Amino acid sequence: MSKHTLSVLVENKPGVLARITALFSRRGFNIDSLAVGTTEHPDISRITIVVNVIDELPLEQVTKQLNKLVNVLKIVELDPAAAVARELVLVKVRADNETRSQIVEIVQLFRAKTVDVSPEAVTIEATGSADKLEAMLKMLEPFGIKELVQSGTIAIGRGARSITDRSLRALDRSA
Amino acid sequence: MTEQASGSHHPQPRARTAAPAAPAERMTGAQALIRSLEAVGVDTVFGIPGGAILPAYDPLMDSSKVRHVLVRHEQGAGHAATGYAQATGRVGVCMATSGPGATNLVTPIADAHMDSVPIVAITGQVASKSIGTDAFQEADICGITMPITKHNFLITNPDDIPHTIAEAFHIAATGRPGPVLVDIAKDALQNQTTFSWPPQQDLPGYRPVTKPHAKQIREAARLINEARRPVFYVGGGVLKAGATGELKILAELTGAPVTTTLMALGAFPDSHPQHVGMPGMHGDVSAVTALQKSDLIVALGARFDDRVTGRLDTFAPHAKIVHADIDPAEISKNRVADVPIVGDAREVLADLIVAVQADHDAGHKGDYTEWWNHLNFWRNTYPLGYDVPEDGSLAPQQVIERIGKLAPEGTLFAAGVGQHQMWAAQFIKYEQPGTWFNSGGAGTMGYAVPAAMGAKAGRPDATVWAIDGDGCFQMTNQELVTCALNNIPIKVAVINNGALGMVRQWQNLFYGERFSNTVLHDGAEHVPGSTQGVGSITNRGTRVPDFVKLADAMGCVGLRCESADDLDKVIEEANAINDRPVVVDFIVHEDAMVWPMVAAGTSNDEIMAARDVRPDFSDDLDD
Repeated sequence: MSKHTLSVLVENKPGVLARITALFSRRGFNIDSLAVGTTEHPDISRITIVVNVIDELPLEQVTKQLNKLVNVLKIVELDPAAAVARELVLVKVRADNETRSQIVEIVQLFRAKTVDVSPEAVTIEATGSADKLEAMLKMLEPFGIKELVQSGTIAIGRGARSITDRSLRALDRSA
Repeated sequence: MTEQASGSHHPQPRARTAAPAAPAERMTGAQALIRSLEAVGVDTVFGIPGGAILPAYDPLMDSSKVRHVLVRHEQGAGHAATGYAQATGRVGVCMATSGPGATNLVTPIADAHMDSVPIVAITGQVASKSIGTDAFQEADICGITMPITKHNFLITNPDDIPHTIAEAFHIAATGRPGPVLVDIAKDALQNQTTFSWPPQQDLPGYRPVTKPHAKQIREAARLINEARRPVFYVGGGVLKAGATGELKILAELTGAPVTTTLMALGAFPDSHPQHVGMPGMHGDVSAVTALQKSDLIVALGARFDDRVTGRLDTFAPHAKIVHADIDPAEISKNRVADVPIVGDAREVLADLIVAVQADHDAGHKGDYTEWWNHLNFWRNTYPLGYDVPEDGSLAPQQVIERIGKLAPEGTLFAAGVGQHQMWAAQFIKYEQPGTWFNSGGAGTMGYAVPAAMGAKAGRPDATVWAIDGDGCFQMTNQELVTCALNNIPIKVAVINNGALGMVRQWQNLFYGERFSNTVLHDGAEHVPGSTQGVGSITNRGTRVPDFVKLADAMGCVGLRCESADDLDKVIEEANAINDRPVVVDFIVHEDAMVWPMVAAGTSNDEIMAARDVRPDFSDDLDD
């Protein structure tokens, strides 16, 4: 079992996300996390998909099938060693006058932020790698997690190269 | 050679390149749709109108270029578009209204998707403001057909009609061909737009690769010349690429055996001495064994379908694989390729000819003499055959064989799905490309009659025989009405054994001869669990409905043949009728089985040449 992060550049059109997720489920893949947003080019959206796969061959198959979707411009698998990957969590932790300071200490330790405080709870915002966030949540757990929401992973390659450059050129040509 | 063959030969809508840019004109979306269809070269549309698509049918009435064939069920329109596309090499077109009209197209769209047939389906959709409200006759046909189309579009703005139609035909016909659906909201058809042609296409993510990689071609050529037991595994992609001429040159240059799959019959002449047959579940022993014992498989436009490979982990265990396909996703999907080649089959073959010849010139040529000794032994020892019943009743194989023999030159054959399909693949000899159509991947019963109708509409000068079963025929025979009323005189052979024959064969072999719900001829008197009526002369064949009377009622000529003595006479009679569709009810004996057979899920090594007859495989080749 290994995790793979795919960056998929797609045309920013209605229904494209449905095409992609439907393809994953049809080919028997579970999506671990998914995040979508526009890029520096308003006509291009970027979908970051993290998948768990048992061996490499079916991932190659699903990548090829994704590439066949007419609205997909480009797919890049990001090497974890050469990319930065981040998630965002918002977590509501039970807190009272006794525990609040301990919680705030943990927040500082993980360079997270307190975004809301009430007499019974503290809401924390944290970004980071999946490992870091997991570690933070483990520390917060004993206080009582009332509510937790996590974003999908977004990731970008290190260095000066951009994966959108060439796709933009293709888009310009067709326009 | 390379220069000569470098122009890719895909099925193309005819007029795409010729249309000059014209000044923009004001018109409705519906008029723009019909003008766009005319501009891409559509001459025939199969369809049925209804509420949401109605605006499009109004200008269609005035078109002098587009002929609309009013079918009796939308499924017929879809398969007719497929038959048209397969017979002409152009994009087939079908049209339906929203909701049930569109959902009735689902089966033929799935069928065309599995067999990579270029069709464009145009469906009406409820007005854009009503989409999502569960309006009358609303169905999310784009959502429904998402996994079974190459691509689909929903148009809610009339300005998008011309460029979307151009894109739909481009996507359907290029790369790996396939079905494209264009769903158009009713208000988009009604509202005003401007029309100019050719429109600007906007497909930045669609770039099929047609030119193969030179290094891989050289590697493939090297393997071909080094192999001792090579075999060409030719699939439907070779037909779609129009590469049969190149295939023949390469085959003869190398001297290696050729197998053609169910989808590729006619790609290489059946009579050619290097043709060792059709591989697969009901393939020739020689073809199945050639693949199984080979040390090199050169797959061209084929996809290692389970019906060809049998149990995958025991398929061709000693073979290296060269896999050429226009669809990168097919390569290494089922069987890992040692030499993957992405490209159009025609360009691949053209380049391979040059590379193999270069190797020959350098003194490297494969010697397959020993291999041919084995191949010829298998071919001569286990030819296709069948038993003629002693009681004078008809053997279905014999009927189909005689139809093939007596058919005029250049006859097109369309088959349904089941035993008759396999016999039509086995016992009719295909010498020319584009003369055989069937539902290979999807296995759609009911394909034959509407597909034959579409083929005949596209190739009115050719004789078209549909080889159908009595089960299949009862699914789509209503399109014979369409044929009768629209001067589309096809011929239908109903191979009538009174049963769902292929399913019955499996019950015979794998379910202890318990014929649950496969008997078609004794409904009312049928006692659950009994096989009453089966095998008795009086009940032989489906008699309700009476296919001769049914044919007559539908405006066709109905003929019946029950004995071998009349066989040729009745076929000749059918061949002589060219002003109306003909249905011939061939009453055949019901116990005939399709052999050879590789049982589903078993290894190709377990092929049975006939019941309880396992061929001698020269197992010494398993080194």
